[in-house]
Amino acid sequence: MPLGLLKYGLRKTYPAERQIPAAQPLRPTYDVVIIGGGGHALATAYYLARDYGITNVAVLEKGYLAGGNTARNTAIIRSNYLTPEGVKFYDMSVKLYQELSQDLDYNILYSERGHFTLAHTDAALRTSRWRAEVNKHLGVNSELIFTDDVKKLCPALNCSEDVRYPILGALYHPPGSIARHDAVAWGYARGAARRGVEIHQLTEVTEILKENGRAIGVVTNRGTIHCNKLLQAVAGSSSLVSKMAGFRLPIRTIPLQACVSVPLKPFLDQIVVSGSLHVYISQSSRGELVMGGSTDPYGVYSTRSTLDFKEGLLGHMLELLPFLGDVKLARQWAGMADMTPDFSPVMGLTPLENYYIDSGWGTWGFKATPVCGLTMSYTLANNKPHELIEPFRLDRFVNFQQVGEKGAASVGH
Amino acid sequence: MKILNCPLNGPRNISEFVWGGEVKPLPDPTAISDLEWGAFVFLEDNTAGVVREWWCHVPTSFWFIAERNTVTDEFLRTYPASDLFKQRVDFKAPPKRAGDKPAGGAQ
Repeated sequence: MPLGLLKYGLRKTYPAERQIPAAQPLRPTYDVVIIGGGGHALATAYYLARDYGITNVAVLEKGYLAGGNTARNTAIIRSNYLTPEGVKFYDMSVKLYQELSQDLDYNILYSERGHFTLAHTDAALRTSRWRAEVNKHLGVNSELIFTDDVKKLCPALNCSEDVRYPILGALYHPPGSIARHDAVAWGYARGAARRGVEIHQLTEVTEILKENGRAIGVVTNRGTIHCNKLLQAVAGSSSLVSKMAGFRLPIRTIPLQACVSVPLKPFLDQIVVSGSLHVYISQSSRGELVMGGSTDPYGVYSTRSTLDFKEGLLGHMLELLPFLGDVKLARQWAGMADMTPDFSPVMGLTPLENYYIDSGWGTWGFKATPVCGLTMSYTLANNKPHELIEPFRLDRFVNFQQVGEKGAASVGH
Repeated sequence: MKILNCPLNGPRNISEFVWGGEVKPLPDPTAISDLEWGAFVFLEDNTAGVVREWWCHVPTSFWFIAERNTVTDEFLRTYPASDLFKQRVDFKAPPKRAGDKPAGGAQ
């Protein structure tokens, strides 16, 4: 690569590199068709090609590449969850993320910051201790710390007792990181495209073709495609796509809003989260404060923003970082989140044969992007769920075997 | 702030209300299998469009029905649940089945 870089530097013109080939007509058949063109879909396509040599794959995106929740999250990566199933799964994701820039030869701006989940009540301290012990047992670096250490490690925070909800302690998770979310999707897209995967944007699936309880293809606005295997990885539209496939999901589509401030000088190296106050905040490499809160109080299929959200979020945030009172917001947005009743995803096989699902990604999807790709590609290639996602199967709900994940983001506990 | 018209209290701020999800027909809990009960409790239509939902005005604990467009987030109509549910539902313990453990845990 350095030689390539040198050659590029010595050129008279600097043409932009085309990362994925220009659109081609759809072919009539593929081995695998993936509905959705976000991070999870692209990662699955990448690992299918890299690990299983399955390259006759089409990724169909109704809008533009990675323009859904991949573009709308707050880019936090961590594995300090509560359930053993969740911790093992997200820990694998963190490990993949740590090597991802090298693996993809694409800089995802992975930045290890340290993640603080603040506790303001005895109940929250208890959950933090519980999470820390489960994490340590499974080899994940987490520790319960108290106000003195919070002050030392995160001096920007207001640790005064003279506030509505004083900080009593925190679950400290040193590997907590942020990354450039677009780069993750583009890196996977480039890696997949170089191995022969076709990526089709502005291609909307309007019908799923079935024969004798098996999925055999899709109808799109650009023509009909037949395939051997079909994966849906569509985030906020999961219920609508699964309805075409003929089954229902335990999912409610609820918006999750976020915003960023104008860029500031670097002052906040850490990622700070408070479940009780419904606040999470980190400072991006551009200096913007990236902020999010809880999900909306009710479901909407829309990415509108509300004033209520900002009032709630910023009121609490000013208690943690009072000197931000005069700082302006630069942008606000929302994503449609697949909320499941147990705050765990829904992955693996479905009632329809040859049809696989990657859904229920609520507020925890971005951090799982690499491990989703890895486990869903295994599941497609072997027609059986990877052991890491076995607990997240769709039929756990009707069999009363939920995976209650209280460590999920934007969820009060 | 968005205003919702409560059938009992009139127009109130949306922050006074709690969303209760889709109105689903209640199956007979004594007549259906555990699988069907699980599907009733957990699976959702999650419709994009006009839906009929449960809402509750929290300060008065008043549950009612609202018709709402989930794409445009417009409330079309609200009315008391009694307009929809005319009959009283009495919950009885299901009849004992063979193999059921006695109440109060394993003996």
